Amino acid sequence: MLNPYKLREDFPILKRKINNHPLIYFDNAASSQKPKQVIEAIKNFYENHNANVHRAVHTLSQEASELYENAHEEVAKFINAEGIEEIIFVRGTTEAINLVAYAWGLHNLTKDDEVIVSLMEHHSNIVPWEILSRINGFNIKYAEINDDGTLNYEALERIISKKTKIVCISHVSNFSGVINNVKKVAKIAHEYGALTLIDGAQSVPHLPIDVKDLDVDFLAFSGHKMLGPTGIGALYGKHEILEKMEPFQGGGEMIREVSFNQAMKHCSITWNDLPWKFEAGTPNISGGVGFMEAVKYLQRIGMENVKAHECKLTQYALQRMQECRKVKIYGTTDVSVKCGIIPFNVEGLSSHDVALFLDNYGIMIRSGFHCVQPLHQVLELKSSTRASFYIYNTPEEVDRFIEVLKEIEQV
Amino acid sequence: MLTLEDYVARIEGTCGEEKDVIVIFKYEKKGEAIAKILKKSKTKKSISGIIFELTYNNISFRLYGTGKAIFRSIKDKNELQRILSELLL
Repeated sequence: MLNPYKLREDFPILKRKINNHPLIYFDNAASSQKPKQVIEAIKNFYENHNANVHRAVHTLSQEASELYENAHEEVAKFINAEGIEEIIFVRGTTEAINLVAYAWGLHNLTKDDEVIVSLMEHHSNIVPWEILSRINGFNIKYAEINDDGTLNYEALERIISKKTKIVCISHVSNFSGVINNVKKVAKIAHEYGALTLIDGAQSVPHLPIDVKDLDVDFLAFSGHKMLGPTGIGALYGKHEILEKMEPFQGGGEMIREVSFNQAMKHCSITWNDLPWKFEAGTPNISGGVGFMEAVKYLQRIGMENVKAHECKLTQYALQRMQECRKVKIYGTTDVSVKCGIIPFNVEGLSSHDVALFLDNYGIMIRSGFHCVQPLHQVLELKSSTRASFYIYNTPEEVDRFIEVLKEIEQV
Repeated sequence: MLTLEDYVARIEGTCGEEKDVIVIFKYEKKGEAIAKILKKSKTKKSISGIIFELTYNNISFRLYGTGKAIFRSIKDKNELQRILSELLL
């Protein structure tokens, strides 16, 4: 069982006071806080092992390369991928999705094809496809959602066809926390010969993930939402698909050979092995090291325990929020199908008013569209406030949050 | 001579249909800024003396003791700067 009080000792920032109140950090869906183990790992890398990777024969470069490769290995194990060939380090979920759009989509989608995304997608799983459709001319279809924010699987089955080449769906909605059955989505997509790209930004940090069991083709996620540093994340891709794909960006590291042909006056290029074929230029090495430490930290806790803690805390928060008569919660309140994200509004107040009010009491939450404007339009919301939990949040923090919410209702 | 830059650290446009604008005052000047604003605007409501619901020339806004203010229904940046200048300078 996870003990949040014990874990909190690892997070220096949680000792801070904001506006003379103890910090309550409920903006974990945007970014998580970092334990001292991650901070120390990055510091240790720079103090003892810093050098470029895969470039030199000297000791430091060898050490840095080993650490960076180990980081891929740890992330692969974390989601039960085959090995490091299936794990590409990127800046985050957004870059991972763009990688698939440009390295796969640009070369495989034509004007007669269709791409399916859902209406609950983060802008990062909509915009790259919209941009690419303007280049390649394919059609984008939007899968509908139900009133409770869950994916409408029947609607998905109605719009999918042999023309569909890829289905791009969030595993967990960053608005409502609803968990989509991506195993089912992958099965439907594969029946039509389509691939699946899963936005795992809100699922990988909070749920046990087994990519083999889910049978998804791509899974994108960010390090900073799972205790790691910003600027590092991963794209999982099935080995055979990544092997056939063209590179995303060109430069050092991603090539095996660049040979100038004197007669033809051009260079012939061969690509490096996976995953390096997709990691052009000097990578975020320290970020990778921090990411590895974050993954190890979560593994020590156990992802089943992470899930159980958040589920319990979310249930408690939802139950207590019922006491607030002006608070309206959106999406399903069934914690068996949702992660620790609660979107809400307070009657008569804008989401930013609520967020500023809470900030006054040291409580950090998100307000606005949360990069899911289309979903807000579907739900006819001007904006929303969002509380999101993680391993270090406690019922006492929820109590304080409710206390302030009740005060807000008096405004 | 004092300018808006002496008081204002950041102006943040928010996302959401409301198009609220949040003004963050400089930490060292927030006390002075709050005092000036409270003096020139009309207080509709005060909560625990740390959050103030205010109006100034038919513009309603909320001021926080933490040195932040949220303005609603502001037409554009020029209007906001004009209001802030009138309140602070």
